[in-house]
Amino acid sequence: MKKTLIIENLHVRTVEGKEILKGVSLIFKQNETHAIMGPNGGGKSTLAQVIMGHPGFIITKGKILVDGKNITKLSPDKRAKLGIFLGFQYPVEVPGVNFANFLRLAVNENKTKDEKFSPIAFRNLIKEKAEKLVFSEDVTKRFLNEGFSGGEKKKAEILQMSLLKPSFAILDEPDSGLDVDALKYISKTIANLDFPVGLIVITHYQRILHYLRPDFVHVLINGKIIKSGDANLAKIIEKNGYEKIFNN
Amino acid sequence: MKKSSTINNSYTYGFHKPEKSSFKTPLGINEKIVKAISAYKNELLWMREFRLKALKIFRKKNMPSFGPDLSKLNFDKLCFYNSPSSGKFRKWSDVPKDILDTYNKIGVPEAEKKFLAGVEAQYDSEVVYSNLKNHWEKLGVIFTDMDTAVKKYPELVKEYLGTLVPLDDNKFSALNSAVWSGGSFIYVPKGVNVPIPLQAYFRINAKAVGQFERTIIIAEEGSFVHYIEGCSAPIYTNDSLHAAVVEVFVKKGARVRYTSIQNWSGSVYNLVTKRMQIEENGVGEWVDGNLGSKVNMKYPALILKGKGARGELLSLAYAGKNQYQDTGGKAIHLAPNTTSTLISKSVSRNGGRASYRGLVKIAKGARGSKSHVRCDALLLDDKSRSDTYPVNDVQEQDVTLGHEASVSKVGEQQLFYLMSRGLNEIQATSLIVNGFIEPIVKELPLEYAVELNRLINLSMEGAVG
Repeated sequence: MKKTLIIENLHVRTVEGKEILKGVSLIFKQNETHAIMGPNGGGKSTLAQVIMGHPGFIITKGKILVDGKNITKLSPDKRAKLGIFLGFQYPVEVPGVNFANFLRLAVNENKTKDEKFSPIAFRNLIKEKAEKLVFSEDVTKRFLNEGFSGGEKKKAEILQMSLLKPSFAILDEPDSGLDVDALKYISKTIANLDFPVGLIVITHYQRILHYLRPDFVHVLINGKIIKSGDANLAKIIEKNGYEKIFNN
Repeated sequence: MKKSSTINNSYTYGFHKPEKSSFKTPLGINEKIVKAISAYKNELLWMREFRLKALKIFRKKNMPSFGPDLSKLNFDKLCFYNSPSSGKFRKWSDVPKDILDTYNKIGVPEAEKKFLAGVEAQYDSEVVYSNLKNHWEKLGVIFTDMDTAVKKYPELVKEYLGTLVPLDDNKFSALNSAVWSGGSFIYVPKGVNVPIPLQAYFRINAKAVGQFERTIIIAEEGSFVHYIEGCSAPIYTNDSLHAAVVEVFVKKGARVRYTSIQNWSGSVYNLVTKRMQIEENGVGEWVDGNLGSKVNMKYPALILKGKGARGELLSLAYAGKNQYQDTGGKAIHLAPNTTSTLISKSVSRNGGRASYRGLVKIAKGARGSKSHVRCDALLLDDKSRSDTYPVNDVQEQDVTLGHEASVSKVGEQQLFYLMSRGLNEIQATSLIVNGFIEPIVKELPLEYAVELNRLINLSMEGAVG
């Protein structure tokens, strides 16, 4: 049976009381690729963060289910262990924490004692994966996101995903601020992942979808999914803008 | 929600051995007691006079007017001298069994074999073991306890003792001068490079005992030495006092690194005066780790006396429950083109309090001098506290002075990010804290770095629910 991630009538507000999501329902299956598009401030990033369990948002109604299990109240680490991954739009810098050591710790969390990676084996594995993403410096020697360029941060998120092997990956604008080459490396890495994954890609642009070929495209405006469709919807949006869809 | 802290349980050095003294003074301090210590040590008149003069100053001096509350420190309830054994040994097999057990538990003899050029071990008031590997002895290096140095090299000791930290410097340096016992004496001849560290290990074993070691390091022209000291004590309900005085002399073109890892138990007041004088083109470095003690007041000083002298301080303080770390450093620029860097990092949690107290003084004539101060504090909860008290006193025009300070809490975004990768809150917090102190930990000898990381990780457990 394929794994499912179900968002059911989700209502979310900030701690300060601002209502952001006003009843979002979506069904994601493993091996499917979904794109979520929509104008700025529509609630896309909030949806991503709420699925991962960000403590700064309050769910007032609705629930999130992974394979039927209600994860709405779980902490982010427990959601990660159930196979959810969030690729951040703006990954934070964590000074002094070595990228490879951190990622090894995270990857080994879900492994039995015999399966755990040794530091050397893991470094080699990272280097192999990192090669395809073309980092300018040896990422294993650097601190987590510290001093990374915008493009390197995005690449590092994808690198983490490729090693953590989640069942569902929400990628929050993995393409923003990338040059043409970086976009190509990232898209190819995502398209050629060596494990089954349900992708939920938040984006403003058609170009990454050209590589990822979404099965579904959803438009989130003002806290609501106002339209869902296939890959063609993204093309229409690029041509006509959101306003036209919203007004229909 | 578990709220209890395991910091006390994580203190691995809290064990104690039965007290066996070969000579112990009654509680309190007075002229009779000072004379008794001097007599027991068979000291010459000059040293006895030094002590008695210091005692008079100690009585006149007020307690420090700044920093932590010391009013609970009762001098009448402390023992100022406790000699655990009647001998000093050069072989571990000769050291009395209880004492040897203690050092074995801490791992000192093993470390000596692996990566040290010499070791000295002080137990309460006296040094019980000291050994310098032959090779260095042949090159003229002296590494011995201070009492032996007073007897064997009196002229050398007289030339330096109390010149950097005068008797009347402060109440606790005066106290140390009156009742001092033990400590290290290191002399490195001109041009001699000792590439592997010399280490001293200070242990307080008896209850309510004060430890007052006195250390002098002299690095002659163009020489190099790295001295490491480690400190620990059993957990007692009665307070102990550790008041050391350290004087380091870095001659022209020499370099000295002084690494100190203070991991006293939570019943120890650590009130220490440390100074380093650096001559022309010399380099002096303090690496100062403060993990333990109840109250800690320590501000290692760099006195940049010769032109082109450089000084560096890396200070780390960890303040847990019932701990007050008042630490920092001083840089006194007295000559042209001198540079100093003071870097301080503190972590406070579970109601702990950490303060940075620093002084940068650039005297008239110290043209072209540069000083950079950076202090960062990390707070792990709302109960904990951090303060900074920097003072700059600049009397010269052509100088560069930089000061940066930051106070941060473990950020919600950092925690969320790390937890989204499957790490629990404790793991994530430990990573953030270890990352924060990384710039200082990387300067520590490996075994200390490992120990420090272990301590920080242990003390995080059970801290968050």
